[in-house]
Amino acid sequence: MSDHDYQPSSKLGKWFNDRLPLLTLSNHLTEYPTPKNLNYWWTFGGILTFCLVAQIVTGITLAMHYIAHSDLAFASVEHIMRDVNYGWLIRYIHANGASMFFLAVYIHIFRSLYYGSYKSPREVIWIIGMIIYLLMMMTAFMGYVLPWGQMSFWGATVITNLFSAIPFVGEGIVSWLWGGFAVDNPTLTRFYALHYLLPFLILGLVVLHIWALHVPGNNNPIGIDIKKPSKDTVPFHPYIVIKDGFALLMFMIVFAFFVFYSPNILGHADNYIEANPMVTPTHIVPEWYLLPFYAILRSVPDKLLGVVAMFAAIFVLVILPWLDTSKIRSAVFRPLYKQFYWILVADVLILGYMGAMPAEGLYLLVARVATAYYFIHFLVILPILGFKEKTLPVPLNITEPVLGGSPNLATAKYKESFDK
Amino acid sequence: MKNFIKILSIFTLICFTTAQSNSAETAKLLKTDWSFKGLFGKFDRGSLQRGYQVYTEVCSSCHSMKYMSYRNLREKGGPEFSEAEVKAIAASFEVTDGPNADGEMFTRLAKLSDKFVTPYENVKAAEAANGGAYPPDMSVLVKARGGGVDYIYSLLLGYEDAPSGMTLDEGVYYNKYMYGNKIKMASPLSEGIVEYGDGTEATLEQMSKDVTTFLMWAAEPHLESRHQMGFKAIFYLIILTILVYFSMKKIWSRVESEV
Repeated sequence: MSDHDYQPSSKLGKWFNDRLPLLTLSNHLTEYPTPKNLNYWWTFGGILTFCLVAQIVTGITLAMHYIAHSDLAFASVEHIMRDVNYGWLIRYIHANGASMFFLAVYIHIFRSLYYGSYKSPREVIWIIGMIIYLLMMMTAFMGYVLPWGQMSFWGATVITNLFSAIPFVGEGIVSWLWGGFAVDNPTLTRFYALHYLLPFLILGLVVLHIWALHVPGNNNPIGIDIKKPSKDTVPFHPYIVIKDGFALLMFMIVFAFFVFYSPNILGHADNYIEANPMVTPTHIVPEWYLLPFYAILRSVPDKLLGVVAMFAAIFVLVILPWLDTSKIRSAVFRPLYKQFYWILVADVLILGYMGAMPAEGLYLLVARVATAYYFIHFLVILPILGFKEKTLPVPLNITEPVLGGSPNLATAKYKESFDK
Repeated sequence: MKNFIKILSIFTLICFTTAQSNSAETAKLLKTDWSFKGLFGKFDRGSLQRGYQVYTEVCSSCHSMKYMSYRNLREKGGPEFSEAEVKAIAASFEVTDGPNADGEMFTRLAKLSDKFVTPYENVKAAEAANGGAYPPDMSVLVKARGGGVDYIYSLLLGYEDAPSGMTLDEGVYYNKYMYGNKIKMASPLSEGIVEYGDGTEATLEQMSKDVTTFLMWAAEPHLESRHQMGFKAIFYLIILTILVYFSMKKIWSRVESEV
């Protein structure tokens, strides 16, 4: 951290700070120079931190009442819903909180894609973010198993069975995951233990994510490097704190609508039927936030290759900083990339929809085309685009117009990005 | 800012539509005016009490409600029977308790704290008595079916003669709204099968509506306090958001930039 020259004013503060520089850290966090042109898409980092804390707090409370046993889990959830004081509120916040968490993380990721935040020098922030995302998916999946409803049980069966596609050791891995020869009580108890553990790993990675962010500083909507501190930056407190706070409140209103007025709309009705290994649900559907990957998995006819494709879909994101060859970060100055970006957004939404539909007929065909396009976007279009695309002139800093070229065009384009 | 709200609302909309498409039904469900829907939705006490009567006189001969206790019947936000009424209801059932000091199990009358007495000893007994089909527990039934209350209401009114060409096995009935149209439960309700104490006419529609309302309450016993708290929470959040918005405007007026 750059602000070594900070000195606490009180004697006690100085004494303590020499031994553990917590005050230096808090000073760094409040003074942290932030580009002043950040738009509302940049508020989702703060929103995600709120989501994580809310999940951990409600989750620990639920853990005090939940019983991780295949005979008792479903009943203990009903006990929480009926007899625990405000148990219904805590559980509905936790269940819908998972969806809100993913809604926010998808916006956060797509913001990064639009403004090129993953590019040098921010590759490590991006990779840590992708690991967090992967852990989030695992945590959410295992959390969905805990109520021990029909979707819990059969979702767990389908997903863990994917590992059986691995040649030679697959079957062994699956029974190791299950702790037996089928999804049963040992599976539930280990999922519970891991569901409790992973959020704290995520928390640790979030600290690293923010630490890595504070080295180069925030990217910004025009994607240029900013000298800090300068006229182009504002201190984190109070400017960004109040803005993040405002956005968080708006987000909480949406959140509250789900919790209080449609708490079950994002879940599946079958999960209110207690798990029954003898009865398979007509359609086994994962939670909405996993649907695009589920669509990719099912669109490949071969089981092993389907699993490979699903993991590859995440892996291409991890190596994205090296797939995108363009030196220009922000899509504002990349007219072609901007169009491909929106096609990708549509493609992922289509994949999500196909994931919820039965894998047959036209649905399957569309899912296959969308899967192919997903990989083409990252593996073909992005590498070529960096060389072929004619980008617009980029301003030198946020406050002043560009040097040379056609300044008016660039500033007009930049303005336009706000007005839309 | 405008852009932001627009896209956020689109995202929310997508969540809603995909969630609803998960529970798509074949036949269009019947609708009725549920008093518990909407921002201030509350249960109709009379309907809940009548619904309990339908449950206990008709449904409970096959369907258990194992997560419900007799005390729930007098709790706020439910049918709100008086304590004396609920004690009388509980005392009309017998439960096995024990072991006593001699190590013997004994039967006694049910108390407020007891769970609803189940019609069968276990799932196998229930299956054996119902041609192999287990009558599902009704505690959370409304939430366990796509379409929720509308589905249950429609199902109760959806019994018809099978279309020509469809042959039904012994003990299988045709229902317009059932998945696959074949159901192992005979039409449970018929005109006047119960006699309401409050003078309401026990039509098929009325009984279906009452018992569905009762099942909704059973699945969501805290629905009323959820709606009340939700209104307060959202009202509070909106006021706070407005205040924070103006504070933000004031703070940011010090720098030349838009928020």
